[in-house]
Amino acid sequence: MSKSVTASQDAATPIVIVGHVDHGKSTLIGRLLHDTDNLQDGKVAQIIESSKKRGLKIEWSFLLDSLQIERDQGVTVDSTRIPFLLNGREFVIVDAPGHRQFLRNMITGAADAEAAVLVVDAAEGAREQTRRHAMLLHLIGIRHVIVLLNKVDLLDFDQEQVRQVEQSVSELLAKLDLEAALFVPASARDGDNIAARSERMPWYDGPTLTEALAQVPSPASRANLPLRLPVQDVYRFNDKRYVAGRIERGRVRVGDTVIIGTQKTPARIASIESWHTAPQLSAIAGQSVAVTLEPDVIPDRGDLLHLPDAAPVEASRIRTRLFWLRQEPLRVGESFKLRLATAEHAVTVTSIESVLNLDDLTEQPGEEVPAEGFAEITLSASENVQFDPFAPGTADGRGVLVDRQQRIVGGAPLIGPAEIAVGEKVIHPSASTVTVQDRERQKGQRGTVFWLTGLSGAGKSTLARGAEAALFSAGLDVTVLDGDTLRTGLCKDLGFSEADRTENVRRAAEVARILRDAGQIVLVALISPLQSDRALARQIVGDGFEEIFVDADLSICEKRDPKGLYAAARSGKISGFTGIDAPYEAPQSPALHLKTDAGSADSAVKTLASFVKDTAKLTGAARASS
Amino acid sequence: MKNSNSPQTGFESTMDHLDQLEAQSVFILREAYRKLRPLAMLWSLGKDSNVMVWLAKKAFLGRVPFPVMHVDTGKKFPEMYNFRDEYTKRWDLDLLLGTCPPVEEMDPSLPPAARSAARKTAGLAAMIEKHKLQGVIAGIRRDEQGTRAKERVFSPRGASHKWDIRNQPPEFWDQYATPHEEGMHIRVHPLLAWREIDIWRYIEREGIPLVDLYFAKNGKRYRSLGDQDITNPVESNASTLAEVIAELETTRTSERSGRAMDHESEDAFERLRVAGYL
Repeated sequence: MSKSVTASQDAATPIVIVGHVDHGKSTLIGRLLHDTDNLQDGKVAQIIESSKKRGLKIEWSFLLDSLQIERDQGVTVDSTRIPFLLNGREFVIVDAPGHRQFLRNMITGAADAEAAVLVVDAAEGAREQTRRHAMLLHLIGIRHVIVLLNKVDLLDFDQEQVRQVEQSVSELLAKLDLEAALFVPASARDGDNIAARSERMPWYDGPTLTEALAQVPSPASRANLPLRLPVQDVYRFNDKRYVAGRIERGRVRVGDTVIIGTQKTPARIASIESWHTAPQLSAIAGQSVAVTLEPDVIPDRGDLLHLPDAAPVEASRIRTRLFWLRQEPLRVGESFKLRLATAEHAVTVTSIESVLNLDDLTEQPGEEVPAEGFAEITLSASENVQFDPFAPGTADGRGVLVDRQQRIVGGAPLIGPAEIAVGEKVIHPSASTVTVQDRERQKGQRGTVFWLTGLSGAGKSTLARGAEAALFSAGLDVTVLDGDTLRTGLCKDLGFSEADRTENVRRAAEVARILRDAGQIVLVALISPLQSDRALARQIVGDGFEEIFVDADLSICEKRDPKGLYAAARSGKISGFTGIDAPYEAPQSPALHLKTDAGSADSAVKTLASFVKDTAKLTGAARASS
Repeated sequence: MKNSNSPQTGFESTMDHLDQLEAQSVFILREAYRKLRPLAMLWSLGKDSNVMVWLAKKAFLGRVPFPVMHVDTGKKFPEMYNFRDEYTKRWDLDLLLGTCPPVEEMDPSLPPAARSAARKTAGLAAMIEKHKLQGVIAGIRRDEQGTRAKERVFSPRGASHKWDIRNQPPEFWDQYATPHEEGMHIRVHPLLAWREIDIWRYIEREGIPLVDLYFAKNGKRYRSLGDQDITNPVESNASTLAEVIAELETTRTSERSGRAMDHESEDAFERLRVAGYL
């Protein structure tokens, strides 16, 4: 009874338990809770009943695998957190599943842990998931790692064999810059060296697992670091404005002058507001506060408040580590939202510096990051980002990458501003001595890209080809890039996954830019269903990019179905087809909106051709200079 | 966020366990209010949901800036209805009332008590649709029950309100899911990390009002409050907050042992939850 009272004064220490499937994690936890008297009466009876039903003696892992589906398959599908009391100290045990495809559940459980127990089957040694989990522990900054060499009964408790396993695991961890605090030989099933010292290993004089857990250092206070208060929201209640947020580092005091965000507006903390508490004059890291500012400026969500003499790093190119959670690989050129504390920045992956090979734990240059892979990459944001490089023991300085469907696809502990590293391949495109004006004068037209987007069957290629003929007859230098043509050559290595479609758009945009720079009028006919992909194209092409919406109702496109694709998509022969089972995001404000479901194609061709002619026409000034 | 036991300083230097839980819940509630509109909080009138209303008042400087919702089975204890009426006024709450369909309309393959509990799922689904809610704040905790231990803080529900346990999104570093499809909503769980004893200690520290059914009369008290016909009191002499806390520090039975539907069959509760129960 008194143990709980003391425990409540401290925060619970989260401990994550990881390891290869079947190396005994769940059994360990069940045994640990039982041997340390942390099980409620009903639970033990439940486990015994569940075990009996399935013809087993006592299966400790049933305690955690309390979901029906897990029991039937014998696999933990999601992480579980269990509070656990050890000699007056509170822990939260996080059980992370070992099945490879469940990395996202594991990170969900492991991300906040202070320490980890890496369970390794002593008879099997480290396996693929042992390496993967160890790498993740390294990436999320867990420094206190206890290795539990489980099932030593299978080695007959032999000291020499145990020593060999310890040696090999230790070498593996060293390759990941991870140092184990301790190795504990144990048998979780029988309880050897869990809470009680094993009588079958008299040669072992190190701590039992519970003794090892008791040595885990308490979380370090972040209160003495320089202040970082990311704005979560701004409220206006009863004519008073409150800036709300959680302090990530340092402390804030009434009267402090703080600097707000990249706009660097100074303001004074006029008050720290709260309800049903004693008046507050200061607050520390970890607290969720609401402050009022003098003058009454209105920061944005995501702005960092910091003290004038200790500013965070500010950069638009950021080098970061990455653990990649999407099932499709990551490629250079893909765009995401980087969520960093409460801020959200649009970023593009501009390079992949290295990819970890999990088989031999070497880092190698790579073109893509495989599903559930680890890498070092560079992100480019469209604006400056304020951040602190991630350090173990801090909760900021690490972001997540979010895709267009708002899914979290990766975790990114930030390293720092991206600089050109020694030996990095640096590309210096050569500059042409022929100027844009020279080309315009010679061709009598302005090189421009007209980007036709719309559903399959809306008439993009038809219109582009029609306008091409008309413009060519009028003496203009014009060319068409259409989706199917690109896919038979330049892009024939690409499929129709989201990443491949983005890459297809990127290549089309790069080719269009080259042709435009050569002074050509380029008509691109590409479904390009996503707003962000077209934004990427616009970014690549730069000036002289006109978005044209070729707009026909889905029902009409489906009726036309010139390539039989809608029929194939409806019957399930092809998947991810725009309009059927993949989204089409219509342009918000196209330069030209062509409705093609009514009226003849001829009039739409004429409208397009005359729009192109007008846009690509040299202005008076340009002509005069020629 | 310090308790009233140490008002003399005003300068904070450490946070205890309750301070940390409170700060995290406030952060979660503020995320929900920022990202999910329309938003509503489920108020079942029990101890946990009173703590939740209290935390919302902490987060929003003394007010609850969204409606609270009571999905009424019509079978609560009279004390609970009295409590609701009194504190709706005292706390200045914008109360939305929902009703539940009759038990005859529920899945007949469920055991009796679970079938009765399923009414609340149906009533809740109707409220979510009626008010087109993007976010529903609910007071479940990981330590209550095995399947609840698997929950996310922001738990996305598809158009059918089903909980897809096998396909939950990753959730880490306080970055939460947002709805991205028509008809989806998010269940927000600000109390997920709290334990039963934390709730009681926080109630004691803050002086949060409760229905007195939680305190022993004639050797019995309710540890968890559901519908009258499917909730049983436990043996207890704890008639004050301090006594309840002392009792919990030594108890070895689980909190929901008085809830009939948890015990009917091994998977009854999981089936309820997958279908959208809390």
